[in-house]
Amino acid sequence: MRYEAPRTIKEATGLLAKAKGSAFVLAGGSDLLVRLKSGMIEPELVVDIKRIPSMQTVTKTASGFRIGGAVPCAALGENAVLKKAWPGVVEAANVIGSDQIQGRCTIVGNLCNASPAADSVPAMVAAGAKASVVGPKGKRTIAVEDVVTGPGKTSLKKGEVIEAITLPKPAPKSGDAFLRFIPRTEMDIAVVSAGVCLTLGSKGVVKKARVVLGAVGPTVLLVPAAAKAIIGTTLDDAALAELAAACEAACKPIDDKRGTIEFRTEVAGVLARRAAVIAYQRAGGQ
Amino acid sequence: MATDTTFTNQEFKIVGTRPPRPDGVDKVTGRARFGADASAAGQLVGLVLRSPHAHAKIKKIDTSKAEKLKGVKAVVTSADLPDLTKGDRGMFDMLENCMARDRALYDGHAVAAVAAIDAETARQALKLIKVDYEVLPHVTDVDEAMKPNAPIVQPYIRTAGIEPKPTKASNVAQKSEFGHGDVEAGFKQADVIVERSYKTEQTHQGYIEPHACLASVGPDGQGELWVTTQGHFTFRNVCAGLLGMDIAKLKVTSSEIGGGFGGKTHVWAEPVALALSRKANRPVKLVMTREEVFRATGPTCSTSIDVKIGATKDGRITAATATLRYQDGAFTSIWGMLGAMTSFACYDLANVKSIGYDVLVNRPKVAAYRAPSAPMAAFAVESTMDLLAAELKMDPIDLRIRNAAKEGTRASYGPTYGPIGIGPTLQAAKNHPHMKAPLGKNQGRGMACGFWFNFGGQTCTDLNIGVDGTVSLTVGTVDVGGSRASLSLIAAEELGIPYDRIKCTIADTASLGHNDTTEGSRGTFSSGMATIFAARNAIQVLKARAAKMWDIDVADVDWKNGRAVALRAEHGNLNELTLGEIAAKSPQTGGPIAGHNETVADGAGVSFATHICDIEVDPETGKTKILRYTVIQDAGKAIHPDYVEGQFQGAAAQGIGWALNEEYIYGTDGRLQNAGFLDYRIPVCSDLPFIDTQILEIPNPGHPYGVRGVGETSIVPPLAAIANALSNAAGVRMTHIPMSPPRVLKAIKNGRH
Amino acid sequence: MSEGIHVATTVNGDAVEYVCSPRETLLDVLRNRLGLTGAKEGCGTGDCGACSVTVDGRLVCSCLVLGAEADGREVTTVEGLSTGGKLHPLQTKFIEHAALQCGICTPGFLVSAKALLDRNPDPNEEEIRYALAGNLCRCTGYDKIVRAVSAAAKEIRNSNANR
Repeated sequence: MRYEAPRTIKEATGLLAKAKGSAFVLAGGSDLLVRLKSGMIEPELVVDIKRIPSMQTVTKTASGFRIGGAVPCAALGENAVLKKAWPGVVEAANVIGSDQIQGRCTIVGNLCNASPAADSVPAMVAAGAKASVVGPKGKRTIAVEDVVTGPGKTSLKKGEVIEAITLPKPAPKSGDAFLRFIPRTEMDIAVVSAGVCLTLGSKGVVKKARVVLGAVGPTVLLVPAAAKAIIGTTLDDAALAELAAACEAACKPIDDKRGTIEFRTEVAGVLARRAAVIAYQRAGGQ
Repeated sequence: MATDTTFTNQEFKIVGTRPPRPDGVDKVTGRARFGADASAAGQLVGLVLRSPHAHAKIKKIDTSKAEKLKGVKAVVTSADLPDLTKGDRGMFDMLENCMARDRALYDGHAVAAVAAIDAETARQALKLIKVDYEVLPHVTDVDEAMKPNAPIVQPYIRTAGIEPKPTKASNVAQKSEFGHGDVEAGFKQADVIVERSYKTEQTHQGYIEPHACLASVGPDGQGELWVTTQGHFTFRNVCAGLLGMDIAKLKVTSSEIGGGFGGKTHVWAEPVALALSRKANRPVKLVMTREEVFRATGPTCSTSIDVKIGATKDGRITAATATLRYQDGAFTSIWGMLGAMTSFACYDLANVKSIGYDVLVNRPKVAAYRAPSAPMAAFAVESTMDLLAAELKMDPIDLRIRNAAKEGTRASYGPTYGPIGIGPTLQAAKNHPHMKAPLGKNQGRGMACGFWFNFGGQTCTDLNIGVDGTVSLTVGTVDVGGSRASLSLIAAEELGIPYDRIKCTIADTASLGHNDTTEGSRGTFSSGMATIFAARNAIQVLKARAAKMWDIDVADVDWKNGRAVALRAEHGNLNELTLGEIAAKSPQTGGPIAGHNETVADGAGVSFATHICDIEVDPETGKTKILRYTVIQDAGKAIHPDYVEGQFQGAAAQGIGWALNEEYIYGTDGRLQNAGFLDYRIPVCSDLPFIDTQILEIPNPGHPYGVRGVGETSIVPPLAAIANALSNAAGVRMTHIPMSPPRVLKAIKNGRH
Repeated sequence: MSEGIHVATTVNGDAVEYVCSPRETLLDVLRNRLGLTGAKEGCGTGDCGACSVTVDGRLVCSCLVLGAEADGREVTTVEGLSTGGKLHPLQTKFIEHAALQCGICTPGFLVSAKALLDRNPDPNEEEIRYALAGNLCRCTGYDKIVRAVSAAAKEIRNSNANR
């Protein structure tokens, strides 16, 4: 196995594009090193991107926020401005693992590892986040929900790397929230999760909504029917019940060592409902 | 009398205080050396190849390519571990478990091993070993394994304990029965009868330190083994036996142990490490991965239990029965029998019967896990007791107080109890402020009791006094929880000198006589007893030396507060001699001063506990939060209260994990799916509240200080305490452990009670 | 052909150099090449925290950091916690409060607790528990560990106030 730590993104994409055998990007390593040590992968090349300056920063821009691909999730929680603007995205990033994992893991790594249960993805998708992809042939920007194509699979081509995640500037009277279900209080992979982002109009009526479920399908599920159930309402009980029912109907979970189909389906609705209430309160609703 | 074990009800000066433990600084600085922390020049890395099949014939193993790989110095299979067991079934089972012979009996069963110059080479070598398996049908569930057409795990087994003696092979290795009276007549007298069936899934001790050893065997048949273990003398005897070595020529040194709880009482990869070292003629360091620990060491049993209890309407139990089916893994043992013995041990019953079955399945060889077999039986019985209390409209604690065993009770498993703590712990629970704390929405309170035998066993202790008057206390019981502090307290108490003048060390096997394994809560009990007698023997020598120094009759010398005192008025001019002064003169008065004791520590007392637990359940997700937890347990005499509290809290925490989230998950392919700490979910710091403890002291009449073993009992009540709390919080009676959120939510939805 | 990687780093304030293979973890390097066996391997997958160290001030599991990654960075381990002959307040409080039984998890807890107190000098019980959730202990039930961390935090605050 070869280990390289390039100092520019051009070097990084070049190394990945030219690799003969399997090549992997190393950011936090909390997924990659586990797979490496278990023998699940036998990389010929590992490219450590943590020495690339353009990937190390969180910047507030005119159009929102840019989060570099090598920024550990702990740093996101320490960024008061980002946390205020996108509390749902930050709390999702901050539930990934322990403090030790938080010192290493990244939302880009979480996204590209493409686990159906990834914690940061539902909230990013609900927020309308985008991925800045850089490759040997140039740059492109895609919606975060277009990155993952299936468990362990992304739409990235050979040599491509996500340099940053961009979040839009939050619209006025907006709020987002993320909840996940785990059997303990920490240290578990999500059994089911929900990310909700709402924008309110006048009189606390929901104007826009994105409801995204995690760990109940091969990729995260954007549930338009759940959004529709609460748009135009002030999140009364009936609307919330309809949202929960829509989420249950959209679920495509499996039975595995972490949960049953029955359990995941039921709790998906419960979490979506609770996350919607929190997002509503953050947006200024009562 | 120097070796009289009778409780003396003395007042203590030092025993019962809370000084810092002697190994503390090493452990907080990283200096302390555990199993994987030793290295030797020229050492090789050992790695084990394991079966991916739950049950398979091993037709052929081709190690030739692995042997040729550059950097590989030895490859072993069962061919390198010939059967020297001479028909000893227990030893043969250990041999076969360490390295499969003609069959792989569980997912993870060792089939070959390599020793190479580094980890990467060893890893590559394993990949080059070709094993030709013929996959066989497997069975992993205890009830399935008892069915007539189940695949047979060990063809030699004919069920023991049933008449007429069977001729057909079975997975039921043994049936045991305990009890007395006439349960049929008893049930006829009952006004109310409650009957229920329960299931508990398999759990692992979960010690944070994986098994690790450094083995070195020379061509002259002499060897050394550095190993993390609960019993280095036992390991020595077993390893020597399996490898055909002389016991005295294998020196085993126990490292500091990073947790055992029963799981390190047994050899797993150590004989393999020794065999590799012998073949390579170099030291071999063999450290298990966490995955190997889960797949291929000794978890506890999964069980299936039926309980029936009948009582008259005033709450007196008239009859109680339990049928307990325990799986032992692929090798037979006594776990079902122990479950049957402990089931009703807390109660005074005229008519009682428990039947235990030991059943084989294609799972790893079960080892002891802290009060082995008792937690599952107590879950079933204590849950049923709450159901009975509800039928009788009686307070659950009062029902138990009404039926609690006491001094003179004939225990359901046979003996008659001396003074015991079950009644006192129940009364203490009833009066505890925890019982009066208010409960809110979705919150509930539950209680349960537990019992464990304690063991004595072979013990050897040396006490040597240095010329500066400091004392080396050498014991042979591995320190699993801070016993060096307690033993130092005992030696200090007996000798009458300060605690910090004693240094307690665990000897290697070449330096002390045989000591049984630290298990059965015997560490402080047995080594403590031996320490008392060794100190008293040393005091005899000190008195004799003082007599010599004073030139008086030794009959006129007494020992008080760490000094020799001359008795009788005519010796009134003689100043007292401190231990230090006598020691300083020892080279001139007869040489080194020491006291020894070899004993089979008898008189171990039984230990009882009552726990109270408050939980809150989220009715929409089935998630349970522990709000408050109280442990009340009888310690006989708490030598070092901090460490007694620590045992209560640690055991309760393991019980809580077992109750809520821990379980082995096997697929239909017979493979273990969650062999890691990610999906084998032990409690994390944020899962638990502070665990309150109350130490009761009902002295054990068979120990000079009244000591009872404390380490195990408190893992027994939590399963039922939490199930009972859940019943009160959410109105659901859980009969399947662990009570994980999917199971709880399903029960809530079905409104079962 | 050698694939060894030459690394120049700082460990507990001392300049250190080593050659490691690309696959070796920082934990492997600390224990096997540098003889610093304080950090332990309990799981190898980042689930138990027994291997906790800090790298450039960030608390991490060293079993999930490659030895090669430490180049030019600052690593601290449990061996760097006490200065001269003086134990860190966390170390003395752990002993005083009997916050260890077998002691295998203790180095990891001390490093994690120090990282907590460095960023939050006055944590409440909940904050302590969640900060230490990445460190598994099977012996103590965490009760005395939480108390020891609280006590150490108080002692550190008091001694800082008295300076």
